[in-house]
Order: sequence, then structure tokens, then C-alpha cells
Amino acid sequence: MDNLIIYAVVSLSAIGVTAAVLLYFVAQKFKVIEDPRIDEVEAALPNANCGGCGYAGCRAFAEAVVKAGNLEGFFCPVGGNAVMNEVAKILGVEAEEKEPLIAVLRCNGSNAHAPKKISYDGPSSCAFTHNLFAGESGCPNGCLGLGDCVAACTFDALYMDKETGLPVVVEDKCVACGACVKACPRGLFELRPKGKKSRRIYVSCMNEEKGGPARKNCTVACIGCGKCEKVCAFGAITMKNNLAYIDPYKCTLCRKCVAECPTNAILEINFPPRKPKPEVKAETPGAPAPVEAKS
Amino acid sequence: MILKTFKLGGVHPPENKLSSGVAIEKLPLPARIFVPVSQHLGTPAKIVVSRGDEVKTGQLLAASAGFISANIHSPATGKVFKIDEVPDQSGYKRTAVFIDTKEDIWAEGIDTSTDIVREIKLSKEEIIQRIADMGIVGLGGATFPTHVKMMVPDGKHAELLIINGVECEPYLTSDHRLMLEHGEEMLIGTSILMKALGVKKAMIGIEANKPDAIDHLTGLAKQFEGITVHALKVKYPQGGEKQLIQVLTGREVPSGKLPIETGCVVNNVGTAFAVYEAVQKNKPLIERIVTVTGNAALKPSNFRVRIGTPVQHLIDHAGGMPANLGKLVGGGPMMGKALVSPEVPIVKGSSGILLISDSTAKRVPMKHCIRCSRCVSACPMGLEPYLLQQLVEHEMWAEAESNRIMDCIECGSCQFICPSGRPLLDFIRLGKSTVGKIIRTRKN
Repeated sequence: MDNLIIYAVVSLSAIGVTAAVLLYFVAQKFKVIEDPRIDEVEAALPNANCGGCGYAGCRAFAEAVVKAGNLEGFFCPVGGNAVMNEVAKILGVEAEEKEPLIAVLRCNGSNAHAPKKISYDGPSSCAFTHNLFAGESGCPNGCLGLGDCVAACTFDALYMDKETGLPVVVEDKCVACGACVKACPRGLFELRPKGKKSRRIYVSCMNEEKGGPARKNCTVACIGCGKCEKVCAFGAITMKNNLAYIDPYKCTLCRKCVAECPTNAILEINFPPRKPKPEVKAETPGAPAPVEAKS
Repeated sequence: MILKTFKLGGVHPPENKLSSGVAIEKLPLPARIFVPVSQHLGTPAKIVVSRGDEVKTGQLLAASAGFISANIHSPATGKVFKIDEVPDQSGYKRTAVFIDTKEDIWAEGIDTSTDIVREIKLSKEEIIQRIADMGIVGLGGATFPTHVKMMVPDGKHAELLIINGVECEPYLTSDHRLMLEHGEEMLIGTSILMKALGVKKAMIGIEANKPDAIDHLTGLAKQFEGITVHALKVKYPQGGEKQLIQVLTGREVPSGKLPIETGCVVNNVGTAFAVYEAVQKNKPLIERIVTVTGNAALKPSNFRVRIGTPVQHLIDHAGGMPANLGKLVGGGPMMGKALVSPEVPIVKGSSGILLISDSTAKRVPMKHCIRCSRCVSACPMGLEPYLLQQLVEHEMWAEAESNRIMDCIECGSCQFICPSGRPLLDFIRLGKSTVGKIIRTRKN
């Protein structure tokens, strides 16, 4: 009986030792040499795995960064400059400061501005509706209001405003990963710089129709009149296909175009109210109410 | 006698052929017509007139701009008011020529008499050239340019012409009335197409719910060599090209291939009639027969309509807009699309306008799939619609492709039969457009 236990212990130990030696040599032979910096970079990243950088996840991004050895063309929009500085420290290079971006919805065709003319009772998804017809308001470029962007956002930074029927970007939560840009079948989202004091000016319309048909469907459509282009002293506004576009890197936030626009298609976000003209503009659903001027 | 039908799937929607006894009526021209330049499958035609031009009926408005493209002629005499965008049936804007109409002055060389010209004088090549010049496209609904169909690719061989007089969509009667009232012209058109293809045999398939048309054409076909008329058992979607080939010849079109693989070329009866007019009368495709019907229609009618006439004008002549209108559909109830406004113009592919009452126009609420597999039994292409729907819902494009989503003919049988009211076809259409894009990028 005692012998049996001894035999068992000895034989199992022998097998264990042999296997350990074998495994040691096998491990040496098939060793994968991995840069330890990949793990360090991955740890520094936010690990949201959102794909905003253009890679499949944070690990893939870390591998790509370490392989490249520099930060050219790499940027984690979620972590921003702070994380990129850390990554730069690990790699021993300098990180380029980038202006933080935010997603903006380039459509202001709310239920009030672009009333629904027909009713659609099919499957509730923008992708379908876009394939099927121009939309309930009749605008072929406007927001369909069925929330594909909200479903795509992994940061909880978008929600549908029931009253306006448009998605709202939550400024504190949006990390500009670009998921909504890809999800919108009409390409209504744009990543724009957050701007000084979070102040931004942009054309909140993507309609390329002529003035008449555009206004028929929506009261705040860009009619392509070109007034803003003329009034802009900095050449920031360009007209293309009956549609104005404001280059955020040239715009100085002077707000002249906002006052000039006859259809209120240009929105100003987070500006204090104007003093000489206390006219309250139709507020955008894409941003919180303007900061009240403290007196 | 046991009538033939296709093997796989199919459904039996209520026929509701309300307007089958109503004779075709010529619709007067409206004051202004809108002629879109993209009325066919393929590249939009290139406009050759400009604003302010005086045009005659049958004059070329826009010229074919590619291999798969078609000419577009002026459906009326008048002045080009402007060239602008007009919403198509989905509400998206398309370029169109606006014409303020006057009394008809026909362009030179067009025979407008009703005399039947029987002798076919043109040669094979001349016929195909004439079909291309006159802008003939498939009038069954797909609007594929007919001259392209007639050019059999190298290495392929056409042996049979099939004329599609099935009209399996409920409500629609435009093909039925055409066969009754212009049967002989249609048969001459068939002979012309046979000559153009170099085939000795043509088969006309008609569903058994049109016994008058079958009798009429069987009687007339005796005078024509090689043309036979076949009565078919009523089942939707028998009018599908692939289904009709299967019924009449027993051959199946391979997945992803064209019908010419089976040696067959299929054309609609409306196309055969348009070919007759083009070749024998030198008349371009500027009008077609449109049924205005539906369970809310006040006076179901069949009209001979000039292309570009607004839908509203047709409805006005068919008893006006009903008070209980719930939905306006362009095409049949199974494959047609809801119109966003009655201002859209009639195009070459419009076969019918349906006025559906508000009580029947609503969709039933979507419930869970109960795995009854009725959609699988109904699918005429042997697909699994419930599976494709779920693959598309989860964006599994590769699996959807390997489950042959591209073979779907979008007949809507699955959605019609589904007891849970699931929008199967909506999902499959989305999947087809996405998978189609993926396949195209892969090829490039």
C-alpha cells in the first residue's frame, strides 16, 4: 500500500520534471519577442476600443504606434493630448499638440423648422429610410430623426430630443471618435474643432438644392445666396453646390455671417447674447443654451 | 387540362382586377409635363434641347449617354419652359425637361394612323438600331434598354423569345387591356423581335385569369409562324423573368447569371407593342398604358398616357382623389413603391397607380419571428428570408452574401405571407444594396 503511493508520487514527479524541461526548451524555441512598450502604450490608452483612431482597438493602435516608432498620423481622440503625451514619453518622441474636436450635426430641420409632410410606418432606421425615400419632411439631405447615430455612439454622448426630432451632442461626453459620422447615411455629422471657450460657428445645413425647393421643405435651410461668403473678411466661407461651408481653421468667430444669414442657417454655439440687438436666435438643438452674460 | 406554374414558392394574393373590363382611354395632355432624363436602367440620357426651344411631338429631347442607356423623346409639342429638377417617386430630385404643351404637331416621318402595317421590311441590324433610336426600354417595370437585350453576347445563343403577358401583380390590368385591344400589333411586334434575335420560336405566357386575352391571342397567333400562346396557372410572382423561363421551358437561370444562359430572351407585351410602333410606324416611346385603380379608387381606369404627365392628372380623370386615401402607390401592390406626392411624373416604367384606402394602408405591427418558415416556402428563389433578415439586422454581410442575398428578386412574397408582420423585404433590400456595394468595391 505504502509502495503504491511512493510509486505514484515518484512517477508523476518524473513526468512533471520531464514535461517542464521539454516545455522550457519549446518555449525558448518558439519565443515571440514582443516589444514591452506595446503593453505600456496599451495601458496608457483609455481602452475604450471605439475605433476612433482608425484601428480595430486600443491594442491594435498600440502595436501600430510602437512599430512605427513615431506619432505621425496617430491620434487617440478619446484620450486627447494628455494621453498622446504619455504615449510619446514611452516612445521617447515629442507629441504634436492637436486641437480637440467635437461632432456637430449639420442639420437644424427640427419638427418646427421642417414639418413632416408624409408619415412613414416601416422599420425604424435611418439606413432604410435613406434608401427608400427622401424623408418625411421632404428634404433629401436632412436628418431623418430615427437615431442610427445614437445607436452607434458608445460614449453616451448622443440622445434624441423628442421635441425637435433631432439628435443632440452632449458636449462633455463627446470624444470625437467619429462613429456617428460613419453611421449617418446622409453624412450630417462633422468633426470640428471645439474652438476657443467651446465657441463655434458653422452652417447647420447640408441641402444642396436651389433656394426655392430648399425653403419649401425647411425654414432654416441654406439657400445658397452667398451673402455670408461676401461678408466674411477672412475667406473662411466657400460656396459649393448651393451650400456654404465655413472653414473652422480660418474662422475668427467674428459672427458677421451669422447676422447676415437670411434663413438663420448659420449657428453660433456658446456665445453670450449680443448686446445691441437683444434678438434671441432660434437656439440649436446641438448645444446647450448660451451662457448668460453676468452683469 | 392541368395548367403549368413555376416550381418553387409563390403566393396567392387577392387578384382585385377591378379595371379589367374598362377599355383603354386616351388621356388629354396636361398644360405642363415633366420629362425626367433618367427613366431607364443605366446612365441618364444627355439633354440635347435648351430652355425656350420649340419641340415637336416625337422629337429627341435627350440622347443615350452610354452602352446601357436610352434615348428620350418629347411626348408633346410645345416650348421647353425650363430644365430643372423634379422629385421622382421616392422624393429625391432628378433632372427633367419641363414642357408647356400645345396641340400636337408630330415630328417628321412618324406614321400616326391606326392602320396595321404587317410586312416587316427592315433587316435584323436595322431593327435593333431602330429600337435603340426610338428609346424602347422594358415596359414591365425594370426599364432595361431593349436594344441591349437584343444584342446577344458572343458565345451565347438565343433560341427562344418569351413574351411576358402574365401580369401577376394584383390590381394591374394595363397588359391585359393591351393584349385585348392591340393584340395583332403586339404579335407583329413579337415577330419583329424574333427576326432581330434570329429565333424561330416565341412563346407568350398569360395567366389563366385572363381567358378573354388567351382566346383572342390564340386565335390571332394562328396567322403568325412560330408564335404559341400558353395559359398558366395563377400564382404570384409568375411574371418574374426567371420564374417565367422556368414555367415555359423547365430551365433555370443559374445564380448571378443572365437569362440568356438558358437561351431565352424575355420581353413584356407592352415592349412588344412599343417595338411594333417603333419599327413599323417610326414612333418613339412617348406614351404607355397606365392603370389607375386600388380599393379607394373612385373610377378604376386604363389610360394611354404621355410620358411626363403628373400622377395628379391621371387621378383627376379617374374620378378624383378619394377622401379616404391612405397611400398612393406607383406600380402594383406587391412590388410598387409608395409615392411621396401626386406631383411626380409618369415615366416609362410606370405600369399603374394605386389608390389604397387609409384602413388598409397601414402596416401591421412587427412581432417576433415564430420560425414557422412560411417565408421559406413562399420564396420563389429558394432563399431563407427570415435568416437573411436577421443577418442584415446584425450587419453580417459576408454571411448574407454566402446565403445568396443577391439572388432575391424583391417580389415581396415573404413579407406578404409572414404572420408576424415582419418587414423581411425591407431588411433584404438594405442588405442587397450594402452587399452590392461591397461586391463592386471588391471588383475594382
